[in-house]
Amino acid sequence: MQPLSNRKKVLEQKPMNFMERIYFPAIVKGLSITLRHFFKKIPTIKYPEQQRPFSKNFRGQHSLKRDEEGRERCTACGLCALSCPAEAITMIAAERKNDEKHLYREEKYAAVYEINMLRCIFCGLCEEACPKEAIYLDGPHVTADYLRKDFIYGKDKLVEPKFDITKLNS
Amino acid sequence: MAEEIKLKVSIDGIPIEVASGTTILNAARQIGGDIVPPAMCYYSKLEGTGGKCRTCLVKVSKGSDKDPRPMPKLVASCRTTVMDGMEVENITSPDVVDARKAIVEMLLINHPLDCPICDQAGECKLQDLGFEHGSAQTRYEFDRRTFERIDIGEKIQLHMNRCILCYRCVFVADQITDKRVHGIIGRGDHAEISTYIQNVVDNDFSGNVIDVCPVGALTDRTFRFKNRVWFTKPVDAHRDCPTCSGKVTLWYKGADVIRVTARKDEFGEVEEFICNTCRYDKKETRDWKLEEPTPISDQSVIASNHYTRFNPPAVIENDPVLQEQNLEQLARTEKLK
Repeated sequence: MQPLSNRKKVLEQKPMNFMERIYFPAIVKGLSITLRHFFKKIPTIKYPEQQRPFSKNFRGQHSLKRDEEGRERCTACGLCALSCPAEAITMIAAERKNDEKHLYREEKYAAVYEINMLRCIFCGLCEEACPKEAIYLDGPHVTADYLRKDFIYGKDKLVEPKFDITKLNS
Repeated sequence: MAEEIKLKVSIDGIPIEVASGTTILNAARQIGGDIVPPAMCYYSKLEGTGGKCRTCLVKVSKGSDKDPRPMPKLVASCRTTVMDGMEVENITSPDVVDARKAIVEMLLINHPLDCPICDQAGECKLQDLGFEHGSAQTRYEFDRRTFERIDIGEKIQLHMNRCILCYRCVFVADQITDKRVHGIIGRGDHAEISTYIQNVVDNDFSGNVIDVCPVGALTDRTFRFKNRVWFTKPVDAHRDCPTCSGKVTLWYKGADVIRVTARKDEFGEVEEFICNTCRYDKKETRDWKLEEPTPISDQSVIASNHYTRFNPPAVIENDPVLQEQNLEQLARTEKLK
């Protein structure tokens, strides 16, 4: 058959000469390459214990941020859920009571905020849509699990832990 | 009017013949499309509205055939009637575009911009206006005026922060309901909607102030923070109501009616005012006869993720033979759920 492209190479098969026929030099050559690799720097790491630094624009698990007074920033405006192409985000809003002013920043807050991590494609559109700078995809990889229901992350997993900004540098 | 006098006007170069006494805004609305000036305070169903917000400013480049001089200043199109041979420039005039941008900035001076919280977001005229004509940044550096929320009766909540003083609700109270108990007190920067000692608005049609409010100043307390507008699906429905026409839009979330409003036309104006019973007390599907999904403009955020049919067809055809064969696998996946 006529070749369709001119990339075809015709192999030439020559009979082996004496050095090739005794195989020994080839074995030595191969072993020396193997031995050299023992002294090379190892490119792999032991993953869960040791982690590579993520690139700056890495997008991992979401976290719901708090403001400088430790109040939740999210006001359940629904723009993240609207922008989500995978429709992974659902929320239920509630009104802040008078004695909850230290917990939530605005008069409305998300009583339930769920992200289905199986649906999420980590595109970062929720982060871009958020008008309150409340959601960021700055976490690690979402870990594997056995049951589908465990991939629906609620506020217990998403809201970042409280921290005291005054003790940040000490 | 014995003889119908038709006046020829051209708006942005589009000629139209309208009856005498028509305002420029209504002439533009008869043409429709992009050249319709936005209106925040004018409401065709209410007498005497208009002339307050100045968003509908247009340039009259030729007064009439008899007097072809242009009008010296931009005029409010909702208040200016057409003349024969009048030429109006709306979006073709850079002056108008500039003026409108300034008006939006002015309206937003005291607006708290709390759209993420506001229940009106998504169907707010001020949002649309700001998006189309406003600038991205504010130049205002001072404190905005703030008020406490006021509950007007059990069903209506007044957020005076968001009010742009369009007076529409006052006209509703004057014309639709028989006895108004709220109005505007104070002058200039101190003007605010108030009910004097927070009188309860207990008229049958008082709920319509929610629908006519172009911003989120008057909102439905029964809908407060229930859901965002764009996650709900509007469906036209009607019922036999002794007090009003009974033609409404139901806003569904899943199977629940979470809000009832009057039907609105393409300019965001209520077609027929509805009574409070329809608005607040009939929130079950069985109270209503459903007609069809409300047509929503593709441009609107409410149209996102909505299907136009009541029951979208199944993605996979139902196959009993296949289901029988896969029973074991189904049981396995169910167990893992």
